[in-house]
Amino acid sequence: MIIILQIILFILTAPLLSGLITKIKNNLRMRKGQSIIQPYYNLAKLFSKDEVISETSSWIFRVAPFVVLSSTLVAAILIPVFIFAAPAYQIGDFLVLVFIFALGRFFLALSALDTASSFGGMGASREMFISSLVEPALCMVIFAISLHFGSTDISSFSGMHAITVSSVVSAIALFLIVIAETSRIPIDNQETHLELTMVHEAMVLEYSGRSLALIEVASYVKQMIFFFLIAQLIFPIGLPLGNFTQMFLWIIWCITRIVIIAITVALVEVSLAKMRLFRVADFLGFAFVLGVIATVCAILGV
Amino acid sequence: MLNLLTKNLFLFDPLSLFFLSVIFVVSLPSLIYSFSYLKGEYSAAKITLAQILLLAFVLSMAFVVSVNNCLIFLIFWEIMSLVSYLLVIFDTKHARSVQAGLIYIVMTHTGTAFIIAAFMILHNNAHSFDFFAIKSACQTMPYQTKNIVFLLFLIGFGTKAGIVPLHIWLPYAHPQAPSHISSIMSGVMIKTAIYGIIRFVIFILGVNSSWWGILVLILAVISCLVGVIYALMEHDIKRLLAYHSVENIGIILLGVGLAMFFTSLGLPYLAVFSLIAGLYHLINHAIFKGLLFLCAGSVYKATGTRDIEKLGGLIKKMPQTAAYFLLGAMAISALPPLNGFVSEWLTLQAFFLGAFNVIGGNKLFLGICAAMLALTSGLAAACFVKVFGVTFLAKPRSHYAESAKEVALPMRIGMLILAVLIVIFGLAAVPIIRLLAKVSGSSLGIDISSMSFSLNNLTVTPQIVKDIYLSTPSLALWFALLGIAGFAIYRIFGRGRRVVYKTWDCGYYKIDSRNEYTATAFSKPFRIAFSFFLLPYRKTQKIRESFYHIKSFSYETYTTKVFKKYIYDPVLAIVFKIAKSMRRIQPGSIHLYLGYIFITLLLLIIFMGQL
Repeated sequence: MIIILQIILFILTAPLLSGLITKIKNNLRMRKGQSIIQPYYNLAKLFSKDEVISETSSWIFRVAPFVVLSSTLVAAILIPVFIFAAPAYQIGDFLVLVFIFALGRFFLALSALDTASSFGGMGASREMFISSLVEPALCMVIFAISLHFGSTDISSFSGMHAITVSSVVSAIALFLIVIAETSRIPIDNQETHLELTMVHEAMVLEYSGRSLALIEVASYVKQMIFFFLIAQLIFPIGLPLGNFTQMFLWIIWCITRIVIIAITVALVEVSLAKMRLFRVADFLGFAFVLGVIATVCAILGV
Repeated sequence: MLNLLTKNLFLFDPLSLFFLSVIFVVSLPSLIYSFSYLKGEYSAAKITLAQILLLAFVLSMAFVVSVNNCLIFLIFWEIMSLVSYLLVIFDTKHARSVQAGLIYIVMTHTGTAFIIAAFMILHNNAHSFDFFAIKSACQTMPYQTKNIVFLLFLIGFGTKAGIVPLHIWLPYAHPQAPSHISSIMSGVMIKTAIYGIIRFVIFILGVNSSWWGILVLILAVISCLVGVIYALMEHDIKRLLAYHSVENIGIILLGVGLAMFFTSLGLPYLAVFSLIAGLYHLINHAIFKGLLFLCAGSVYKATGTRDIEKLGGLIKKMPQTAAYFLLGAMAISALPPLNGFVSEWLTLQAFFLGAFNVIGGNKLFLGICAAMLALTSGLAAACFVKVFGVTFLAKPRSHYAESAKEVALPMRIGMLILAVLIVIFGLAAVPIIRLLAKVSGSSLGIDISSMSFSLNNLTVTPQIVKDIYLSTPSLALWFALLGIAGFAIYRIFGRGRRVVYKTWDCGYYKIDSRNEYTATAFSKPFRIAFSFFLLPYRKTQKIRESFYHIKSFSYETYTTKVFKKYIYDPVLAIVFKIAKSMRRIQPGSIHLYLGYIFITLLLLIIFMGQL
């Protein structure tokens, strides 16, 4: 029951988060910007539109949106949100999360190649390049976190814990990784459709209508998952859950910390320019080094 | 010699039984596959020869992993090498086969020489070739001798396993053999070397210093990365798979090396756990690599080419082969809930659990190894997106691919069996881990009765702090449920139609297969990112009609084979130089040769007199 509740919560609130980031970005650029709930309008519109499927494509192209969505949602139920333990913690730990995201990405990249368009191939190539560099950094961060908290179980760091050097450095490294994983500036740009710069958008270029809507929902949810993980690391829940007021405060705190991260992401996106693709290796190498530093801190116990 | 035969020659302990099952699990589907694969490729007489060789090959491997005596082991090891050599050069019409066979046989015999040397040292100590006699003698063996024997075994078996930098023969030999043989060679034969390492180093010699484990781990990490980076650059489908064997041997050795490392640190339960991970990946690799080679063989049979740049769109022509290849590709890329995922997760988990129990810098070392494993698995996923996408998806790039047809039934059955095994080994992880725990415990000589493996709660008492969870069946169930839910939402709420129309062509009138992304283009970011190791260079050639007009322009990119250029070529140059100077004493004069014989005889008589 709580699993279904959590999935619904993720699906319902994740687009709002994306809308919020866009709004903040636009305001920072002195624009009025679209409404926060614009992503919902977009999804509704996509659902009512016709869908064009490339004639060169095979069943991979048709199946990929469902694989992407279901793998992301499975990842979502591994995250503790309502209580300190994830609703479905028995099926996997932090490491499994990495492999689950890889499943969705694998199919999305294949579907991009399936359309015989050079945009798709380019997107797939770049996405797999970036993601393969993300993996060692992410693994190092997970290593540091699990060393620090004594387990690879995600619920091990979801409760109350002290903020230490190790957890802060891990959170920063995770933040860099999230920028790469959620295709944001300076790695990728969600707003562009220029062939020289797009990565994720190039992969999903041939998708339209309902399939595109599903993929969009999956990326919103994925972003939300990563934000939750960073929030747990850097802003642990420091409140007892006794009565109704405390419960209310706890919910407010949960929302606030996500919003803080959203603002940070928006600031990063507005203040930086997009990197060249081959600079990404340096960027993620930096994340990896931060992971190593976090590990050293965890070993030293600070 | 007769004395040898009367004794009990065979050893069927859990380790041998495990390897026997690996051999037969891959060999049987390959045998079924071979019936129609060979048909049409070769003459009837040659097909019979191929089947006899296949049988001899499988039997020799079975004997290698089940004999109880070093001498007999060597004999079957040699038979295995020679028969596989004959299979590598089976396509004698290709000059490449002969060359590949030459590289293979030279390398494998170099390896065997090291193994023989190790056996001689062991025999010198134990005065017996029997495994158990040697094992008991090893307990009192001096520390230094043990180190030497370990290094000899590592080089000897490492050559057969294809550890970098001894991997050089693998990408030549494996692709040249007929595909079902490639599947056995890559899936099983190189695993006999892992058997050798586990049997002789862990079981008989006994690990006593931690640098053994560290050395194996470092070599394993290098093998992983080098294998997968070369695989990314490769566009010959079978050679690419051969490079992935180098990578996967690295992953298996990560488990084995960790087991050695933990044994020397006095962490027996973690050692058992790591060896489980290694063995699990071993059988998984046998299954999915077997399957992938069979699929590659089907592609070759249907199209007549192994160059993926000339393929494309095969998913429509060969839907079943494509589905099997996809399954194999997902397994090797460690995607849940298939078998490769389980064993890579176990290996990573072994690193993590180890890090909780070791101290100081060792923690960081394990963490970096784990991160390199993660990098390997990310690169492997990229590589298989490339292979599957370019070979099976989009439009055909040549007439080879256009005229392809689905392969015959026996070939599909062979592939189906292995595909089913991939799913089974992914979903039934827990019973398999329990079985492997017995194998692992008996090879390390550790009582495993206090270890428990419940359904999704992997508790390894008493050394693990917290429980860790992985349940592939429920993972698969949730994937299916949520996928179906997504599909239901798609059907119920979506109101638009589905229109099949051409791919967006930027307003041009026609896009064809020349507009598709190629494998070279796909791997370009990797070629640039790893250029410090790959040392890419290009050859351009302009054909001019006149000074002002270039008629055509050809452009080729290559990568430098670092190990061949900087290690093997200099060594070969020295060998040839020595051979050249040796030629001086062999000028072809019969009188001189008679003189040599006379001098030898004289020397022998003198030495005999002294004795």
